[in-house]
Amino acid sequence: MSQVLDIVTSKSMTYEQKLVSLAHAAEDTLNVLDMSERTKYFLEKGAINDLFEGHAPYRPRYVMPDYAKYVKNGSEFLGVEPPKDLDELLSNLQIIYHHVPSITSFPVYLGDLDQLIEPFITELSDEEVKHKLRLFLNFLDRTITDSFCHANLGPEETRAGRLILELEKELSNTVPNFTLKYDPELTSDSFAEQALYTSLFCANPAICNHRAHKDTYPGEYGISSCYNILPVGGGSYTLTRITLSELAPLADNVADFLEKLLPECLAAMGAYMNERVRFLVEESGFFESSFLSREGLIDPDRFVGMFGVTGMAECVNTLLKDEGKRYGHDPEADDLAEQIMKQISGFAAEFPAKYSKVAGGHFMLHAQVGLESDLGITSGVRIPVGDEPDSFYDHLRHSGRFHREITTGCGDIFSMETTARNNPAAMLDVVKGAFKEGVKYMSFYEKNSDLVRITGFLVKRSEMEKYRKGDTVLQNTTQLGAPNYDHNRLAERKVRMV
Amino acid sequence: MRKAPVNKIIPFSVVDGIGNRTSIFLQGCNIHCGYCHNPETQRMCTHCGKCVEDCPVQALYIEEGKVCWDAIKCVQCDHCIAVCPYFASPKIRFMDAAEVFEEVEKGIPFIRGITVSGGECMLYPEFLTELFKMAKEHGLTCFADSNGTVDFSEYPSLLECCDGVMLDVKSWQEDVYQALTGGLNQTVKKNLRLLAELGKLEELRIVCLPGQVDAKEAIEGIRETIPDQVGAVKLKLIMFRNFGVKGRFAELESPSREYMEELKQCALAAGFQKIIIT
Repeated sequence: MSQVLDIVTSKSMTYEQKLVSLAHAAEDTLNVLDMSERTKYFLEKGAINDLFEGHAPYRPRYVMPDYAKYVKNGSEFLGVEPPKDLDELLSNLQIIYHHVPSITSFPVYLGDLDQLIEPFITELSDEEVKHKLRLFLNFLDRTITDSFCHANLGPEETRAGRLILELEKELSNTVPNFTLKYDPELTSDSFAEQALYTSLFCANPAICNHRAHKDTYPGEYGISSCYNILPVGGGSYTLTRITLSELAPLADNVADFLEKLLPECLAAMGAYMNERVRFLVEESGFFESSFLSREGLIDPDRFVGMFGVTGMAECVNTLLKDEGKRYGHDPEADDLAEQIMKQISGFAAEFPAKYSKVAGGHFMLHAQVGLESDLGITSGVRIPVGDEPDSFYDHLRHSGRFHREITTGCGDIFSMETTARNNPAAMLDVVKGAFKEGVKYMSFYEKNSDLVRITGFLVKRSEMEKYRKGDTVLQNTTQLGAPNYDHNRLAERKVRMV
Repeated sequence: MRKAPVNKIIPFSVVDGIGNRTSIFLQGCNIHCGYCHNPETQRMCTHCGKCVEDCPVQALYIEEGKVCWDAIKCVQCDHCIAVCPYFASPKIRFMDAAEVFEEVEKGIPFIRGITVSGGECMLYPEFLTELFKMAKEHGLTCFADSNGTVDFSEYPSLLECCDGVMLDVKSWQEDVYQALTGGLNQTVKKNLRLLAELGKLEELRIVCLPGQVDAKEAIEGIRETIPDQVGAVKLKLIMFRNFGVKGRFAELESPSREYMEELKQCALAAGFQKIIIT
């Protein structure tokens, strides 16, 4: 109970942050998930990590409502009519966002904002639209106080998209994250260049390889949280991760790791995820009680379980410690990493996942980006910060190779030289090349930017300073970002295009 | 294949033309601008050995009377360049077009083209033609960054495979040009007209330094020479900075923001539409 008292009496949490923490603490008093001894062992060792998702899942981790359908039909439960103009649209969106659950208790997905807005601005001038959108975007930033929240743009250029980018540059908000779905066939160079240019001022938007993702699921996909590729009208039940860097030290040698430990751990994690999904679908009553489900804005048949992978770099470096081979630098290390990756994807392709129709009855791989407590565990399959190859191209080719097997989210973050602002066409060339090489997702920020991307989410350096001094801060994610920024020495991220 | 002295290859550059490009800097220049910000590219090494004694990591040595450079030992501190009394560099590699292209190729598919700069790249027109032909075969665009003192009309096959020239006009009146560079600028003006006619003027450049450079006359002179193209061509007005400058201009100060803005207004009045101040 002392944990509960700590929350209640905290001087650095806002009221809202306390409320959510208390709910988590209450949930964690339950013991309803059936777990094998082997699963418990791996959880204890940190090789499997449930990412504090809670001991009794009562809502999916990530919910991706079909907002286009909501705009078209309104909602009976919410008492909302279909909008007739921009004011009504933005008000309706604000209303529904409030009611979209997720692991953070805030909506992690806000829809294809440009496409939702575009039909409602034909009669309005740029200034009129920007005035209304400015209020809307600031409302989102100040009320969704958790930057694991994502809105999508593109792939087609729209007037709404351009105006949103202009506003993003002006406002420099942390919420939401924006991602441009980019496809050279569908997205104009000038729109993509405006997006990249904008990102060198406010670290938004990130760029997603649309071609590589569009056929991930039947129907539409969207980008949520920080960041996940998930079916629109569904989402993800759960995300559990295998922390390869914590599993490697348990192995006697490479063969022991590959032949014994890894298969055991994968099987234990698969069973654990199935148990979480089973409880959520069969016992929690979520899909029966949610208006999103009853009004067809989400469908249980469009949910997946995300099988997270992280700490590849340290795993390989540990296994090859005696040989002194390093991930991202030595071919032997990268080949071993690829072998591990293929084994994991082979497992996911075989292992039967419960209630996972949209993914053909299987779990989907995800490069998990980390927790604030992670010390010496590099996100997903990234190369550790400070150890990046000298050549930007070598780095991008490495990313392309390791993004390949991961279907529901895998990306890299690059700190850029300020002069890149003068030549966004150059950045677009890099993006085009990287996507050709198989890179799935990239985000950029300018090296001195106040807004920095931590592992995927955005935090302001100025807010982290406040938090370190013990002040309360509006965004939950500042509290996650500050230790992560320090632990992972993100200030040392190699600056590119110098 | 003809070899050219290569000062350095920058695998990706955002400042040498539109898009992401590999820049190749050749050694040797036929003029000597007072404000040159990479003066070590101007002349060829005389093998005097001064830099050899001073190299902190012994990456330089003398063999058969010539200064040699060990690229692996070198830590790129540029101390050798600082002590060189001849505006040269010992870190030069003589490479033919195929060898240079091998380096360029590593950047595909991340680059859209190459830019060859200097020194003065037009001192090596055959090398340039061979390199550009190879790059074109791989779908890359090819720019030459030139001071325009070598007559382009004498090299039709080079012009054919060159997508654009970034022409450094520098100044306009002959005496001003000569005082600034030690050279003459009739050919620069001839090239300006020719390249504009061929649609191969990628960019025009003036480094601005009042008292040394007649920037306003240059803007006006360009307008008179190519009146129909001024609206379409990119004009880069570069503020003089003494960073890296050696010799008589090293202590001079940068012009004011107001002066740069005044020049921009002149350029606008002359009909330029794409003006960049850097």
